[in-house]
Amino acid sequence: MGDLVQVVIAKYNYWIYITLMMIGLYAMIAKNNLIKKIVGMNIFQTAIILFYISIGMKKGGTLPIVEHGHGAHHHAVHAADYINPLPHVLMLTAIVVSVATLGVALALGVKVYNRYNTLEEDEILAQIRKK
Amino acid sequence: MSQDYPALLVIVPLLSAFIISAAGWVNKRLCFPLSVAALSVSAYSCIGLLLRVLNEGVVHYRLGGWPPPWGIAYYVDYLNGLVLCVVSVAALINLIATKKSIEQEFPEKTGPFYTLYVLFVTGMLGITVTGDAFNLYVLLEIGSITGYALLAMGDEDRAPLASLNYLYMGTIGACFYLLGVGYLYIVTGSLNMVDIAHILPGLYQSKAVTAAFIICMVGVWIKMAFFPLHAWLPNAYTFAPSAASSLIAPLMTKVMIYVMIRLILTVFTPAFAFTTLAVSHYIVWLACIAIVMGAILALAQHDLKKMLTYIIVAEVGYMVGGAWLGNRAGMTGAVLHIVNDALMTLCAFLVVCNIVYKVRGYAFADLKGLFAKMPFTMGAFVIGALSIIGVPPTCGFFSKWYLILGAIQAHHYDFMVALLFSSLINVVLFFRVFEIGFYEPFSDHEGHEHHSAVMAEAPLSMLIPLYIVTAGLILAGLYTGDIVNHIIRFVIPEGFI
Repeated sequence: MGDLVQVVIAKYNYWIYITLMMIGLYAMIAKNNLIKKIVGMNIFQTAIILFYISIGMKKGGTLPIVEHGHGAHHHAVHAADYINPLPHVLMLTAIVVSVATLGVALALGVKVYNRYNTLEEDEILAQIRKK
Repeated sequence: MSQDYPALLVIVPLLSAFIISAAGWVNKRLCFPLSVAALSVSAYSCIGLLLRVLNEGVVHYRLGGWPPPWGIAYYVDYLNGLVLCVVSVAALINLIATKKSIEQEFPEKTGPFYTLYVLFVTGMLGITVTGDAFNLYVLLEIGSITGYALLAMGDEDRAPLASLNYLYMGTIGACFYLLGVGYLYIVTGSLNMVDIAHILPGLYQSKAVTAAFIICMVGVWIKMAFFPLHAWLPNAYTFAPSAASSLIAPLMTKVMIYVMIRLILTVFTPAFAFTTLAVSHYIVWLACIAIVMGAILALAQHDLKKMLTYIIVAEVGYMVGGAWLGNRAGMTGAVLHIVNDALMTLCAFLVVCNIVYKVRGYAFADLKGLFAKMPFTMGAFVIGALSIIGVPPTCGFFSKWYLILGAIQAHHYDFMVALLFSSLINVVLFFRVFEIGFYEPFSDHEGHEHHSAVMAEAPLSMLIPLYIVTAGLILAGLYTGDIVNHIIRFVIPEGFI
């Protein structure tokens, strides 16, 4: 039992992202309401963004901004002192992508609502079947 | 100029999309020529690039002059040179062919439609040309998001919901791919495909690498509609506007198969994918199930367009199975089938586009007497159908030939049986359509039967591009030997049996 707790605590960032991802996946599969599915999709995307953010982290690392960088003369930069900025920069792009996806998804939701006056999937399918 | 082809083929349509969007506000008639110009530049650069690759070998291009692995590098080799040509030419032909259909289906929205169209092609070309794993994700989402919007512009009752379901699945697929790239980044510290391939061999035993590979594969399979993950495809493509489905159906799945082959051959190398992992047998079996189920589900449909979408599901099974047979003939068949299936699907969907333009429907009941009414369109349909069935000298026969050859060499007789079974089902599917079109009398909407139907063919601007594609089907069949010997032979790395 103690070992398990150790494993969970040592890698807690991965456990958190997997949990969030599964919550998102569950919502997308099990929920009946289209907006709840969209929310689940967003949780799913955010989980992966958190995963990337956490892998750039280093114990004792600081912001990757080199002090007196401009005009300063040669001074050693210890890469180990700075967290890895690349995954964070990648995630700026991924956030933009997820916002764009969310926008398209909500727009489609509006179109569906205008047509069927409901966002519950089973009611929409019943209306489609009736025709 | 010719040095910058790799950048031009992405940047020209990307920037043109914004210009087209702005021009749409001024005058809607400007959009079409601008789109044609943008895609012509892309197609010209793609063909130029393929010729350069044929003469000089692999082309490297550094965006902004940054050397890899820091900057984004574009690599064009035989594989993506070929796929680039197919994507850009198919998009250009489809754009010209569907002009009238777009004007008929949504006269008010041509500006936004052309903007999305060109952006979608940008995404597809970018995915194909890029040599950076993360850049691929971004371009994949550019292609997908514009794809969702294009597909949602169709049938008001069904298209938005179908497109929303596609969006859920597509986002999961892209996120899985991103997650896999994240694992690769953890173990290698690089995002450049060639760089990753250099670092990986020492790490093949790492569980993180295995996880990365499987997660990437699942993501790509969702995007290409590999059988158990195909549920989004039929509805999304059926209810889409005809011009959008004839653009997206040939390109999206085929480009994703290219990504899968790229991951197997370049990023993870065949040694890892076939020897270390040893899952290829299971994947070929899955492909067999995909082929059989795709064929059976196609048989259950009552309209032409939906039938074609299930045929796409079966064809995806062909290519996945061929790639995972793990021998030279199978991989050759898979790459050749990317080209051939893009052409066949384009041909079939352009026919649907013409039928919808004239008859306003694509259910089997609407096809009655069509051979008398639209003989030229249906003539092209017969050639496309023969190619999908796999009758020589059309191109479908030759890729199927290589796939079957690969299946026999790999002792995967199940795959061979699945291929032959699906060919037989295709015969039934298409001859049923021919029968309805040829023998059942044409009836108008009041139910009166006219035995001498008046010829009402689609306009020449739709027929000529359709016949160019049809000629392409036969030419690609006749020149299969050249395509295989001069291009595909170099795709497959040495040491592949």
